[in-house]
Amino acid sequence: MKYLVGGCLVLAALCLAVPADAQTRAKAENVAEIPFESVPNFLKMPPDVYLGESMGVATNSKGHIFVYTRRDDTRLLEFDPGGNFVKEWGEGLYGFEFAHKVRVDKDDNVWAVDEGTNMVIKFNPAGRVVMVLGRRPEAVEGAVETPQGDPPPAERYLFARPTDVAWDAQGNIFVPDGYINHRVVKYDKNGRFVRQVGSHLRGTEPYQFNTPHSIAVDAQGNVYVADRGNARIQVFDNNLVLRAIYDNVGNPWEVCISPGPHPYLFSSNSNPDANPAASWETSGEIYKMELDGRIVGKFGRAGKAVGQFQTVHGIDCRNPDELVVSEISAWRVQKIRLRPTNTTSSR
Amino acid sequence: MRRLLSIALVTAALALSGTLSAQLNFAEIPYDAVEPLTLPANIHMGEAAGVATNSKGDVFVYTRTGTPVITTAGSRNVSHGGSRLFQFDRTGKFVREIGQGVYGFLQAQQVRVDRQDNVWVVDQLSTQVIKFDPNGRIQMIFSRKPEAMRVPNLPLAVPADTYALVGPRPPQPPAAPPAAAPAAAPAGGRGGPPPGAGAAGENFNRPTDVAWDSTGNVYVADGYGNSRIAKYDPNGKWIKNWGSTGTDTGQFRVVHGVQIDAANNVYVADRDNRRIQVFDAEGTFKTQFRNVGAPWAICITPGPRQFLYVSNSNPPNNLDYDGEILKMTLDGTIVGKFGRAGKQLKEFGTVNAIDCRSENELYVGELGNWRVQKITLRPTTTATR
Repeated sequence: MKYLVGGCLVLAALCLAVPADAQTRAKAENVAEIPFESVPNFLKMPPDVYLGESMGVATNSKGHIFVYTRRDDTRLLEFDPGGNFVKEWGEGLYGFEFAHKVRVDKDDNVWAVDEGTNMVIKFNPAGRVVMVLGRRPEAVEGAVETPQGDPPPAERYLFARPTDVAWDAQGNIFVPDGYINHRVVKYDKNGRFVRQVGSHLRGTEPYQFNTPHSIAVDAQGNVYVADRGNARIQVFDNNLVLRAIYDNVGNPWEVCISPGPHPYLFSSNSNPDANPAASWETSGEIYKMELDGRIVGKFGRAGKAVGQFQTVHGIDCRNPDELVVSEISAWRVQKIRLRPTNTTSSR
Repeated sequence: MRRLLSIALVTAALALSGTLSAQLNFAEIPYDAVEPLTLPANIHMGEAAGVATNSKGDVFVYTRTGTPVITTAGSRNVSHGGSRLFQFDRTGKFVREIGQGVYGFLQAQQVRVDRQDNVWVVDQLSTQVIKFDPNGRIQMIFSRKPEAMRVPNLPLAVPADTYALVGPRPPQPPAAPPAAAPAAAPAGGRGGPPPGAGAAGENFNRPTDVAWDSTGNVYVADGYGNSRIAKYDPNGKWIKNWGSTGTDTGQFRVVHGVQIDAANNVYVADRDNRRIQVFDAEGTFKTQFRNVGAPWAICITPGPRQFLYVSNSNPPNNLDYDGEILKMTLDGTIVGKFGRAGKQLKEFGTVNAIDCRSENELYVGELGNWRVQKITLRPTTTATR
């Protein structure tokens, strides 16, 4: 008999195919109606406090009300018996992510159940955490792997991790693009595509790039592109016709051209941000050059101390004798005063 | 017969070696515990991954608290938040927070204070070691935070505790000879790791701890992802690595801690090989201690007669075994032990940090119980050995 009942139940469940959480009409009939009213505006919220999905509510022995609610983040709020806001509990708590329930035990400890962090958290009546059950999974696992294969062809008006921007005297816009595409795009001052040099594929020939990483335009409209992965600066005229290649200053991470009657080109052979072995011996310095590529001098080297450079990524050269230099790996900005030099070495 | 049985039992216990076989006869060290730290009403401790004191007795706690945030930056996920560094005075009163919103605060792993009272933070998932001066300003950075982070694709029914803590380890790159790395060739590529990422460079893979020798050289335990000790000079210039993944001497499975004694011997907590390996300052293997369980946290006391504390912490998903802290001499002899896994005062929930500036007054940071306990040991003269 017992088997039969069980079989029927299973069959019924299968036949009806009711989803597990579907609501069913109550079987009770002719049940008396109980009169009731709802107290209007029972909880009185300060102007900057809002309820979201109110997942749990509970009172303690003094009639205080606790609401565990999902707003932009999940919060636990306390109100007095009159519904006046008292305070927030567990502000910024590691275990609060996605509210599910709040309960108060006989000793007025408050227990919050969070289904986002998989935790049950016990607060004492003073609002301090005294016990936690379960453990929040860690948020991230590690660095993203490098995707394989060629990227799709570059589009005129879309970039793929662009790296810099510069303008000529007419307001035309030049964008090196970038880590995934390997090109430089020229737009007019209204943002309309003019032409590009390079493509979505990297290359080592003239007119090709391997990570165009920085760009500068001189007063005549010539375009200087830091072709970082190819360890060279490619110089183009304003129509992106190649004029020169400077390949004697390492891997240019950042270029900058100073204003004024005698402009200089600065180029940083930054040490790689992972500080691979021996990289400090071979990179880290910044070059000061004439626009034609002749080297005036160099300064700095890789290192973590003040006056050394940890992966220079930005140079401001509005004043060529007083540069502002920003670094990736040391998390800082240095002001570098250069003693002016008059001699220019040959290439 | 009875003798036979007991021999069989001991043999079985040794064979299983699931729990500490060495637990048998060690003296229990009597101790008391308090929760010494008080926080402002709107600040809460999360997982107390690191705790350390400075020469004035100030207490620093690097804790996983607040909510780690993953934002979609269009091309990539960017992660931040989720850990904070707090300073307390010697009475446990909250002094201040250090490094609010710092780029490398992602998942707290450890904090240590050097002889000059600089505060060094190790963050497991930003992969960084960050040196703060005694005023709380950043002085030096090691490694670089990955620009984009993988977010776990959580299966619904996974026991999240175990999964989260141990996690799948990324595949190990083939060990490259350290000095042979190409110098300065920042490849373009599609935004992958910079050249030099991996064993030969500076970038860590889930590092766990930092220590210094008597000349100020820096030793980083690296970690969950790599299996090496990375050594730098006092200016942060890389000197050498040692270690690889495996079970031989000089190999590691989860390097979870590093400490250095007055003679510049380097003690490495080789957690998943359940041992401590001792090297000289150049990385030459000297000896190993196999009687410590799984060393999650280690600390060597200062002073003329040094001791080594080792926590055989319970894993975060189980309170039913392990959890004790061992006191050892530097030759690996166990002096005594105290504590066990649990949630009450005097019990331990996955100890991840020990501060032992004072031999008999320890600060202990727990992942499982979101707290720091101050432990006062009351060793009796007969209790030692």
